[in-house]
Amino acid sequence: MAISLTVNGTVHEVQLPDNVPLLWVLRDELGLTGTKYGCGVAACGACTVQIDGQAVRSCQIALADVWGPVTTIEGLGTPDALHSLQQAWIDHQVAQCGYCQSGQIVQAADLLSRNPNPTDADIDDAMAGNLCRCGTYPRIRAAIHAAATTLREG
Amino acid sequence: MPNWGKIARRSFLIGSAAVAGGVAFGVWQYRRDLPNPLDPGEGEVTLNPWIIIDGQGVTLIAARAEMGQGVYTTLPALVAEELDVAWDQIRVIHGPAAKAYYNAGLMSHALPSTDYDRTAWQEMMIEAMSIIPKTIGLQVTGGSTSTLDAYDKLRQAGATAREVLKQAAATRLGVGIDTLTTRDGRVIAQDGTELSYQDLATDAAAIDPPRRVDLRPASEWKYLGRSMPRLDMVEKVTGTARFGIDVRLPGMRFVTVRMNPRLGGPMLSFDATEALAMPGVERVIDLGTGIAVVASNTWLAMQAAEAVRIDWGAAPYPASSDALMDVIRAALDDPPNSTLRDVGDVDAAADNPSDRVIDAEYTVPWLAHATMEPMNATAHFTGDRLDIWTGSQAPGFAERAAAEALGLDPEQVTCHVTYMGGGFGRRGEYDFAVLAARVAQAMEGTPVQVTWSREEDMRHDFYRPAAMARMRGVIRNGFAHALDGRVAAPSVTRQSMARLTGSAPPGPDKGHVEGIFNQPYAIPNYRVSGHLADLAVPVGFWRSVGNSFNGFFMESFVDEMAHAAGRDPLAFRLDLAEREHGPSAGVLRAVAEMSAWTAPRPPGTAKGVAMTHSFHTPVAVVVEVADRGGDIALTRAWIACDVGTALDPAIIEAQMVGGLVYGLSAAMMEEISFADGEVQQWNYTDYDALRISQMPEVSVRILETSGHIGGVGEPATPPAAPALANAIYVLRGERIRDLPLNRRVRFVM
Repeated sequence: MAISLTVNGTVHEVQLPDNVPLLWVLRDELGLTGTKYGCGVAACGACTVQIDGQAVRSCQIALADVWGPVTTIEGLGTPDALHSLQQAWIDHQVAQCGYCQSGQIVQAADLLSRNPNPTDADIDDAMAGNLCRCGTYPRIRAAIHAAATTLREG
Repeated sequence: MPNWGKIARRSFLIGSAAVAGGVAFGVWQYRRDLPNPLDPGEGEVTLNPWIIIDGQGVTLIAARAEMGQGVYTTLPALVAEELDVAWDQIRVIHGPAAKAYYNAGLMSHALPSTDYDRTAWQEMMIEAMSIIPKTIGLQVTGGSTSTLDAYDKLRQAGATAREVLKQAAATRLGVGIDTLTTRDGRVIAQDGTELSYQDLATDAAAIDPPRRVDLRPASEWKYLGRSMPRLDMVEKVTGTARFGIDVRLPGMRFVTVRMNPRLGGPMLSFDATEALAMPGVERVIDLGTGIAVVASNTWLAMQAAEAVRIDWGAAPYPASSDALMDVIRAALDDPPNSTLRDVGDVDAAADNPSDRVIDAEYTVPWLAHATMEPMNATAHFTGDRLDIWTGSQAPGFAERAAAEALGLDPEQVTCHVTYMGGGFGRRGEYDFAVLAARVAQAMEGTPVQVTWSREEDMRHDFYRPAAMARMRGVIRNGFAHALDGRVAAPSVTRQSMARLTGSAPPGPDKGHVEGIFNQPYAIPNYRVSGHLADLAVPVGFWRSVGNSFNGFFMESFVDEMAHAAGRDPLAFRLDLAEREHGPSAGVLRAVAEMSAWTAPRPPGTAKGVAMTHSFHTPVAVVVEVADRGGDIALTRAWIACDVGTALDPAIIEAQMVGGLVYGLSAAMMEEISFADGEVQQWNYTDYDALRISQMPEVSVRILETSGHIGGVGEPATPPAAPALANAIYVLRGERIRDLPLNRRVRFVM
């Protein structure tokens, strides 16, 4: 039986067992490869997407349990229409290998939607689940602060 | 041979940089005349195929693995600096695997001598040895050599191409070439006439390029020496960068593998009945030492792989960490493989009754690379051709190994190199490409993407070897009078060379003792011997390789000597470095100033220092720790490096911070252990790394006095662990000689 799923504003009918994690529906079924597989056990944050505006680890959400519209990195912004966070990531030249950055940015978007003026401690709390083996953390902090300022000042 | 057509054919499926109807510049120097290996004045200045000009503009070939270190930005900047193309018009592709893209810079590490005080004769030998990578087409990204190798070569590629474009314009306009200038992809005549490179490309390609053009002085640089916007940044923040795991081909199946966790052991039998009945599963393939599950979706393949019942045979090495360490410890007493430094008379050094002698033994564990992107490769076999898409630091080797596995000629195999979600040395191996090739052969005609689970990745690495050191030091009148170091570990060099060439190289293994024998310290009696432990555990190149453990041994022990001498540890080092190597002393002075080293320390805090000269770059690190109710927090860190010429300061800063974080992560919490022949760690839950909440505030200072291009990707890793351990010693008076540190202390935010 097909399961209906809204991703980045588009409705998809998916024919898959209902226990397949959202991550793999996005990547292997819908071809939305911006969301990454890192660990499969919610330990690295590379697969972070938003459901109904809330950041979740898509490797842990079964297809049948997706409770609202999904936003992935591709839906947050595009090269021609960047989200403020993506612009801040570019301004601060955050990415190295770049593999974790989709998850970092989507997680940061969740943080700023709840806390428009986060402290370093707030950022640490919100972002500690997102691993970066390249060590881009100082620039992630700086970019989140910068994007917060941009968003606050409209 | 890479010509334009082949570059285009090999590149088009990678994606964004498809090229149509263009011209590739490129003449292989060796096709005309082989360089004389005894004449360093001749030779390396070649017009390689680095530049494609087509109707859309200029595409530059990086030909090195972009795994975060910024080669897709700095290498194109070298070409563009001389070619005169606008930054926002540059497109970059990796390009094909080809001999033309050999890395001569690897030879800069090849002499069995210290690197910081090379003689002219040694420089000449290294130049001469570049025939080796050239002859065998050693296209490898490693050893922090990409910019060192490219610095002259790629600027010459840009400059000679610019000159033939100008020549073509001069001919067309009937003016002298000296009257023409170039800017933003155009040749400009004195009367204001402008001809685009696209207009001129075909004519220019017919002109024999000059062998060598005078390069612009640094004072005229517009891209080099500046922090340029990374050319891969927009893709990487919008989810549009294509990593190996993101390759999607029509009709592609999703596959995972499950190989013997007793590494190198056989598979005795398996039963796939249950797995084959699972949803989406198409096939289970016998790979001899493991199985592959072909499915409609990666997760379904992984679930089914777990459901295959497999009887694994034993590992070809002692089955537990302790038993493995016993072999390494025993090697310390074997005759040495190398004694690459032996100055003075270490054995007779302590001949003064007031001499203070100290001894210490250190151990470090096995380590995994744990790249964020698990190993994967996509392959398509059509009977007489094999295409592989993967993140490879050595695509030519991947092609040859896959060809051999399938019984093909290497010419029938093409490796398309993608972005890499971390490399750190792991992607210099090609096991993941060969497995995908074998699955593709079994699935002839159908593209297959083979993705390893994180668990499979963690448990089938080529590990940084466990290692031990036995150190003895003599202190006389407050100075380091003698240092005697013995290092034992399995040899990464021998094992990897045996994999690549079929036999291990004889002679002293420099990589085994780098970071300890070759440090710029004027210790009058200084000896280091390397002892090789023969173990079949797969080992490989892990960011900074031998320096990663030797840096810890050396800089922990020098610290112990300083404290035993009653001296300030930084001043103690500075004494030794000042008499041996100015730039190394310089980074120590810089980091002292940055960290206010001599200022009184607030209660409950402490600083530790370490300095390692590796990859032609001395790096000094100070780490500050704070007591948090008996636990420890990392509060601040300072890094000073001397890279000679800073080609892109922002990228260098990122590499220094990243190298430090990689080293700190390992020092604090990383360990691979063995039981029953199997690695005991599975995922980031039991092999974690530094999180943003534990990240200290870091400052970086880049010095440019060394007189040569230094590496930046690796040299910040070796001093990380000793700087932290030395800080903990100051804080607690506890000298920790084995890693990871979290066996003995608890780290908090």
